[in-house]
Amino acid sequence: MTVAFELNGAPVMLDLPPETPLVHALRDGLGLFGTRWGCGAEACGACMVLLDGQPVPSCTLVLDAVAGRRVRSVEGLGTPTAPHPLQTAFLEEQAGQCGYCLSGILVSAAALLERIPDPDETAVRTALDGNLCRCGAHNRIIRAVLRAAASMRGVPA
Amino acid sequence: MSSARPAPDAAPPRSADVGPPSAPPRLPGSLEANRRLSQWLRLLPEGRVVVTPGKVEIGQGILTALAQIAADELDVDFARISVEAAATDHSPNEGVTSGSRSVQDSGLAVRHACAAARAIHLGVVAQRSGVPLESLRVEDGTFIGPDGRAVGSYWREAASGLLECDTPHDVAPKPAAARRVAGTAAPRLDLPDKVFGAPRFLHDMRLPGMMFARIIRPPSREARLEALPEAPAGARLVVDGSFLAVVCATEAEAAGAATRVAARARWAERDTLPPAPELADRFRAGPVETTPIADRPGAGAAPARTLRATFFRPYMAHASIGTCCAVARWSEAGLEVWSHSQSIFALRRDLGLALRLPAERIVVHHREGAGCYGHNGADDVALDAALVARATPGRPVRVQWSREDELGWAPFGAANLVTVEAEVAEDGTLLSWTHDIYGNGHLSRPGFSETPSLLAASHLAVPFPAPVALNPAPAGGGGADRNAMPAYRTGGLSVRVHRWLEMPLRTSSFRALGAMANVLAIESVMDELALAAGRDPVAYRLAHLDDPRARAVIEAVVAMAGPPPGGRGEGVGRGLAFARYKGSGAWCAVVAEVEAEERVRVRRLWIAADAGEVVNPEGAAHQIEGGAVQAVSIALKEEVTFDGRGVTSNSWDTYPILRFSEVPAVSVQLLPRPEAPPLGTGECATGPTVAAISNAIHDALGVRVRTLPFTPDNIAQAMG
Ligand code: FES
Ligand code: FES
Repeated sequence: MTVAFELNGAPVMLDLPPETPLVHALRDGLGLFGTRWGCGAEACGACMVLLDGQPVPSCTLVLDAVAGRRVRSVEGLGTPTAPHPLQTAFLEEQAGQCGYCLSGILVSAAALLERIPDPDETAVRTALDGNLCRCGAHNRIIRAVLRAAASMRGVPA
Repeated sequence: MSSARPAPDAAPPRSADVGPPSAPPRLPGSLEANRRLSQWLRLLPEGRVVVTPGKVEIGQGILTALAQIAADELDVDFARISVEAAATDHSPNEGVTSGSRSVQDSGLAVRHACAAARAIHLGVVAQRSGVPLESLRVEDGTFIGPDGRAVGSYWREAASGLLECDTPHDVAPKPAAARRVAGTAAPRLDLPDKVFGAPRFLHDMRLPGMMFARIIRPPSREARLEALPEAPAGARLVVDGSFLAVVCATEAEAAGAATRVAARARWAERDTLPPAPELADRFRAGPVETTPIADRPGAGAAPARTLRATFFRPYMAHASIGTCCAVARWSEAGLEVWSHSQSIFALRRDLGLALRLPAERIVVHHREGAGCYGHNGADDVALDAALVARATPGRPVRVQWSREDELGWAPFGAANLVTVEAEVAEDGTLLSWTHDIYGNGHLSRPGFSETPSLLAASHLAVPFPAPVALNPAPAGGGGADRNAMPAYRTGGLSVRVHRWLEMPLRTSSFRALGAMANVLAIESVMDELALAAGRDPVAYRLAHLDDPRARAVIEAVVAMAGPPPGGRGEGVGRGLAFARYKGSGAWCAVVAEVEAEERVRVRRLWIAADAGEVVNPEGAAHQIEGGAVQAVSIALKEEVTFDGRGVTSNSWDTYPILRFSEVPAVSVQLLPRPEAPPLGTGECATGPTVAAISNAIHDALGVRVRTLPFTPDNIAQAMG
């Protein structure tokens, strides 16, 4: 069965079983490996994507449920030549150790900044509470999100 | 000039034959055991340098630090340097990447090797160009004479084989003051890929024809497979004894098939695990192997007071965010494995044992995984993949563990019981210290036992007994006894480790090993002794410390934290703790501020550390902060739970870790010591952070909590 949806701004068609979790469809169906798998149980946030702008775990979201909707993965946030302000800020703050958690965190943070352009630290912590990081990079990640918010508002960091 | 050196493969001269005066001095770090210069770096004609260490990236930033060192010693731009992932067929064997030793072992080796490469090239170019050696300089890889003209470059010599020699020892790396890149905050080389979601992890590797497998673990520890279900459509079962796997064309199918097979396989099960509350008694009852670490009688003065205290840490999980993964391919030639193991050479050995295959027919390539924090399932999953690959020759097989595998079946940090008896004079001066550690060892890494230490090896039809965890030797920092020797001046000193010889749950190294419980015990007791003698805990520690670098970190952290603004609030407390990691590593002092309501919350941490020369200050501070935040998680939340049959904390719900909303503010200060040898930073903060939190809880609530984690239950029990 073919499932059609919008991915990172472009239409895609995927011929995979409709019960395939989106995370696997992205990685093995489309070769987009940025969305990471960590638990398969909506408990770690490594697999976060934006579904119609809302951050959701893609490990339990089946392909069928995505038909006709808008999906944005970490690859859709920005590229090395045209980075999202969050990606720039994460590099400036060197926010990350092993980096396995970062894709999901960037996606959650992008959703936050679309909703609240001027979050305080508490709002950032709350928005990222569903994303686990085992390396203890949290504080740098929070600083990076605040820095990105400032730069998106045109405030020099 | 390379002809003057011994042939590359000749054994180094023995001091017994030629006498000590002409014996070569030891080469620094891992160079001593891997002397061939070309094993450490390659110069490419297109103007690039590839550093090829045997240490591996485990999220600690080692690749970047090594590139910095190479840039300095070669006089080459940082941007020209890349670091290649290690593989057993060509890399120097640097043993395990662990114990915060990457910069010590590999950094010093790369520094010396690059300095040697530079000297060799300069010598050749000087001879050929007639420009005197002293007036040549190197600018971004190009050799420049006194008139400013280029007379050669590394790149032009790339094909001339100048590095095919034993590394000379008579070269001097640059003095600290001449380093331009090492000592600065160079950006992590691996981070851009991770921020843009590029395929960088082993998990992202795909090979043509790759198949995907999942393992169906026994439902309990000693369960034996009795009856197999049919393979689901599109899946194939691979079975060897009680090792059971499904292999499919995609990861999604493999995950689905594994669930279906698990529901229908039949196993014979029985209770094999001891009741958790009895662990401490079992540890003492033995059987144990007792090793004295220190035994020095006191002066015999009668103590005014004796303090006895018992501490307990439960089993802990490494709990990587990315579950363990491996890729394997079996062919006529042998076995090829891609792994995020911390010890690829030892993994190759144990794979050979488990598969009854000569190690020469196995190649293990390192690829990055998620942070591992010690010996997790990285090695185990490599055997899983190899077993499936053996059943599908020619087709590469990828295995990624489920979250339940990861939290339920990887080796755990060992549970330990620590007892301390401290005798003091009337004014609190320490007269004697007796320290006993009980429980399993902290070392089940591959490469140390006669039988393979890989999980599936004990599930095979012809099983290998799982080796009981050892403790690394005290000279290597010890295991359960790591940091058991107090840094404080005392008369009598008796330290013993009682390694339990039963192992109901597999244990191995987890960040800081025994230091976590030992530093907790020592620093809690020191705090208690200070207060009992009516002395300030900081002054009391300083009065027992002679080491100036120990005193310096304590004084620095006290200055950083300053007095609590507005005095102490209700239910708020501060505590300090100090340790020098392994007794030979980095010095670290921590002040923690906690708030204790229904549960304890850590508000702030101040950390001062002395890690000698710091190659990447930003990276080192980040490592220390990461270790400290993880220690907060350990202190407040973490405990592996189990019933008679198996581990029950095998999900993120049942093994919770610290979340963003719970992470304290952290300030880190590194004392500048550019001329002192570099010491690792990854583990130095673990023990002091846990201990500082415990002392802060006492400050807030007046209770000594001696059982980790500091949950409401354990605090209530301590209150009695
Ligand atoms: S993999 Fe989806 S939340 Fe963990
Ligand atoms: S950086 Fe390793 S899990 Fe977050």
